[in-house]
Order: sequence, then structure tokens, then C-alpha cells
Amino acid sequence: MSSKVYKNATEALKDIHNGASIMSGGFGLCGIPENSIDALTKMDIKDLTVISNNIGNSGRGLVKILIQDKIKKAYCSYVGGNPDLETRIMNKEIDIELVPQGTFSERIRAAGLGIRAFYTPTGYGTVVADGKEVKHFDRPCILEEALHADFAIIKAQKGDTFGNLWFKETARNFSPLMAMAAKTTIVEVEQLVEVGELAAEDIHLPGIFVQRIYQGTNYKNDIEFLKVQED
Amino acid sequence: MSWTNEQIADKVLEYINDFTSVNLGIGLPTMVAERIPEDKGLWVHSENGVLGVKGRPTKDSVSPTLINAGKETVSIQKGASFFDSSLSFGMIRGGHIDYCILGGMEVDSEGSLANWMIPGKKLTGMGGAMDLVHGAKQVYVMMNHFNKDGQSKLVPKCTLPLTGFGVVSLVFTDQGVFRPSGNGFEVLELADKSKTKEELF
Repeated sequence: MSSKVYKNATEALKDIHNGASIMSGGFGLCGIPENSIDALTKMDIKDLTVISNNIGNSGRGLVKILIQDKIKKAYCSYVGGNPDLETRIMNKEIDIELVPQGTFSERIRAAGLGIRAFYTPTGYGTVVADGKEVKHFDRPCILEEALHADFAIIKAQKGDTFGNLWFKETARNFSPLMAMAAKTTIVEVEQLVEVGELAAEDIHLPGIFVQRIYQGTNYKNDIEFLKVQED
Repeated sequence: MSWTNEQIADKVLEYINDFTSVNLGIGLPTMVAERIPEDKGLWVHSENGVLGVKGRPTKDSVSPTLINAGKETVSIQKGASFFDSSLSFGMIRGGHIDYCILGGMEVDSEGSLANWMIPGKKLTGMGGAMDLVHGAKQVYVMMNHFNKDGQSKLVPKCTLPLTGFGVVSLVFTDQGVFRPSGNGFEVLELADKSKTKEELF
């Protein structure tokens, strides 16, 4: 078996091409793949489809490639706090699909688990249901289809050379689901370890879902809203 | 006379049973987390993947990877757990969360809620709200009673794009507590008992 370990983001992302679809982990800026996003800003690529809950925030995260006009289509659930994205949607400069967050995560999970589609009441009676099949179970539900991607770029706190991953606190969010749903999953870690160093029962995502892994550098781990107890 | 945000939060807590689970939405509802009496035994769920949110951390214990759905730094209580977004929304969509408290732009007498966009003016996206309104056992809305133009946000029929149709159990505002009753709003409590229905709706 050839090694999954890559030297850095540039090497690991080299074959991302024009028109590729990319899932990117993180909730707001929490748990985003900082090194891979920075690598995308330096690549000569366009017409990307990006699948990410927030598409970054206030100039940070995926906003960096949004303002380079590399994104043609985006799937996300929340735009608040991202004026660059809100403006582009309002001016119809980007093709956007807003997806309820639970449907978003479930569509991604379904793709990874071989489920083609599922029925859910979420979105029934709203614009989200427009054009979708409705079926009545205990209540009306709409049909939602699995959401796949060519690539997933995600970040984990620790990972081993097989791609087994361990996430810290709420930085896990969409990342393990995206890892399952993409054809090629590229992981950056704060700490790359040898196989066997992570205890089997502590592994949040088995390495079978990971194709490439590299040791990241210079993590900022930005806080969006710092709230602390007053003295 | 009207209630302060803290008083609205305390009022919401009066309508939440002890030893239950509650999801707090972005904006005004996050304030509820900071008002929960320790002996109430609530499990606060945040859809980004944590059950057992406890309010603000101390200066020394801030972690950039420990946040709530509003992307604010938080702390956790004993027994808390972390999980991915799918399991988190499974808790919501599977009917395991007792209450959700959401912000609102409009609530109507049929219990419909609009809280994610004003066409041509403002777009926040629905985030987890569309899942919460169908998944949580009780859906509470916590919001200012009047908009910037002084019009009531409790309306006969929502005009903004809906988050959910017929889903709201109770509405908590600076003016009181209200229940959508089909053809109007039942007044459960008033901040100012001299207020008339004409002034409120």
C-alpha cells in the first residue's frame, strides 16, 4: 500500500482542478482546514463548487477564495456574519443553494454511507421544498438527495499515517461526514502520529475514509466571538 | 413598562421543566444559557456538536475549539459530550430535544415562524432553525415585540419566507408571553397589564 502521507498542503491539493467540487469542514471558523484553504488561494483554479456550512466568515476561511472569484456554486446553511457572501448572493454573482443545517449534514452523511436519498419534514411548507417530491408519513416530508464531492478538505487535531482521526471538542462538526462523502479526502492535522499511537477506542473517524494526510503548520484557530466570565 | 432581555430570558426559563434538554438559537436566546439556575438540571444542546453547554468560560479556560452555535466561546458542565453534526441533528430531528428557543422576525397566529431572510434586504440563512422547528418537542420564540418601525412582529399571517409552518408553541417578547391560537394570540402574561390587544398586535 502506498503512503497516504503528503509533505504539505501544496502537494496534497495539487490535482484539484477547474470545476471541481470541494467539501470543507468547520463550523464558522472552528475546525476549518486552514492550510488547505491557504493553498487554494495560491492555485490557478476557478468554477469551483464549494460545500461548507458557512463559506468562512468576515474575510477569513473560505472567504479568501470567494473574494478571488474562484467559487461558482456554493452549498451552505448560514450566511450571517459573512457580508462578502451575502452581497454576492443578493447581487446574484454566485449560484447558491441554502440547505437547512440538519438536511445539509444528513445529505453529506447519506452520500458517504451509500444512501441515495431520504425523506424529512425539515423544510416542508417553505421554499426549501420547492420542486421536491412530497410524501406523507406521520406528517408531510420532502425527498432530499445525497450530496457528494470530488474532494473534501478537513482538519483534525491528531491523525495517524493510516488516516485515523481524533478531533478536539466542537471542531469535529461536519468533518467526519465530509471525509466519508468525498472521492478524495485530504486531511491536515495539528499532530501527525504513527499508527498505534491513537487508542483504537478513541478514533473518531477510521482511516479507511481518508486518502491523504499531512502535518499542518502555523494554526491560528481564530475565535469569532470571545466571551468570558466577568471578574 | 417592558421586560429587559434578562427578564425575557428568565421568563423563558419559567416555562421550561427542570431536568430537560434545550437548544438555544443564535442571538437573544443565547442569553438564556447565562441565566439558568444550577439546580435546574438542564442539558443545553448546541447544534455544532455539544450537549452540556454551561455559559461563558473563565479567562484562563477559553478554548477556540469550544464554541456554541453563535460561534461564542463557552464552557461545559460535568457529563457533557461532543459529537459530529449528523449525530447532533439526529438529536434534534429524532425528537430527543425537549425545547428549542429561536429568535424571530415574524410569528403569526397559526404558529408559523419566519426568521431567516428579508427578500432584497437581509439574508442570514436558516442554519439549523428549519430542523429545530420540526424536531424539538416544544418550539419557543424569543424576540423583541416590535420591529424598528414600531410594528408588531406578532402578525395575523407571516409575509416573510417561512422557517416553518404552524410550529411555534409560545412567543416570549419584551411585552409578554403569547400563544398562537389559530385566529389570534392568546395572552398568557403581560409586562404591562394596561396594554391592549390593539397596541400589541
